[in-house]
Amino acid sequence: MIVYWQIFKANFIANMLGYGGGPATIPLLEHEVVNTYHWYTTQEFSEIVALGNGLPGPIATKLAAQIGFDLGGTLGAFIALVATIAPTMILMLILLGVLMKFKHSPIVVRLTLYVRPAIAVLLGAMTYNFFFNASENAGITHTAIIAGASFLLLEKFKVNPVYVVLGALLYGGIFLS
Amino acid sequence: MIHRYIFLAFFRAGMLGYGGGLSAIPIMHREVVTVYRWMEAEEFADIIALANTLPGPVNTKIAGYVGWRVAGFWGMMNALIASVIPTAFLMVLILTTLNAFKDSAFVQGMTKAVLPVAGVMIGVLAWDFVRLSKKTMGWAITIVFLIISIVVMELLHIHPALLIAGFIGAAFVIPTKKKGEEKRVDKQ
Repeated sequence: MIVYWQIFKANFIANMLGYGGGPATIPLLEHEVVNTYHWYTTQEFSEIVALGNGLPGPIATKLAAQIGFDLGGTLGAFIALVATIAPTMILMLILLGVLMKFKHSPIVVRLTLYVRPAIAVLLGAMTYNFFFNASENAGITHTAIIAGASFLLLEKFKVNPVYVVLGALLYGGIFLS
Repeated sequence: MIHRYIFLAFFRAGMLGYGGGLSAIPIMHREVVTVYRWMEAEEFADIIALANTLPGPVNTKIAGYVGWRVAGFWGMMNALIASVIPTAFLMVLILTTLNAFKDSAFVQGMTKAVLPVAGVMIGVLAWDFVRLSKKTMGWAITIVFLIISIVVMELLHIHPALLIAGFIGAAFVIPTKKKGEEKRVDKQ
C-alpha cells in the first residue's frame, strides 16, 4: 500500500516542480526514484530515459508509466500517470481565467525564467552521473565512441532518436557483450 | 463522432512527436487549428503560453484543455488517454521484454551502450536550458542563478524542491524594474 503512495508522491513532486515542460521533470524524477527512494540505480534509470527518448510521445508520462509499472504493476502505472497529469491539468482549468489576464505579467513570466537555471544544473549533474557510470560500465573508449557518434547523429544530422537508440543497442550487443 | 476525431488528433500528435512534448506542439497545432478547426491559431497560441507557465508536461495540458473545450470532461479524458496511453504502453512493453532477457550477454551489452546515449540527450537538454536562460535573462543573471543552484543542490545537497520554491518566491518578491527586462522576456 505504502508503495502506491510513494509512487504518487515521487511523480507529483517532480511534475509540480518541473517548470519548462516534460524534460524539466526528468532530473527531478531521477532525484526522487534514485536518491530518495533508491528504486533504481543510475544505470537502470538511464536505460529508461534513453528508451523513453527513443520512443515518440511526451517523456514525463512514459517515465511515469514505466516506474509505476515496475513497482506496482498496472495499478502502479495508473497511479503514476494520474500523479503526473492530473494536478497541473486541474490547475490549468482552474487558473485559466486568472492566468489569461496576467499572462504578460512579469511575475508570471518570471516563474519559468527563474526556475530554468536550477533545472539546467540538475540536468548537468545528471549528465555527469550518466557519463561517469557509462565509463565504469563500458570503458572510456566505448563511451566516447557511442557518445560522439550519437551527438553527431542527433544534433548535426538530426537523425530520428529511435534509430540512434537502436544503433547504440546493436553496437552494445555486438561490442560490449 | 467528435470523440473519434479527438482521439485521432491527439493519437497522431503523440505518436509522431519525438524528443518530448515540444516537438508534438506543431503537429497538435495542425490537427487543432488546420484539420479540425476547433479553435483559432491565436487562441491556440494562448493555450501554449498558458501551459508553459504551469509546471509539468506541456502537451498533456494542451491536449486535455483542447479536449475539454471541444467536448467537456469526457473530451478531456479522451484527449489525455489518446496522447498518453499508446506511448506509455509501448514503453512498458519494450522495457519489460528487454528485462526478460537480462541474463543474455547480448542484452547486457545493449544496456551498457544506452548510458552514453542518454548522457548525450540529457546533456543537450541541460545546454538548451542554459541557452534559453541566457537569451531571456542575459549571462550575468544566468550565471548567478547557476552558481546558486550548484551550491545549494550539489554542494549542500538540499532538496531541489526547496531551491525551486525559493526561486518561485523570488519571482514574486523582486520588484519589477526597467522596461528593458520585460521586453527581453516578451520576445521569448
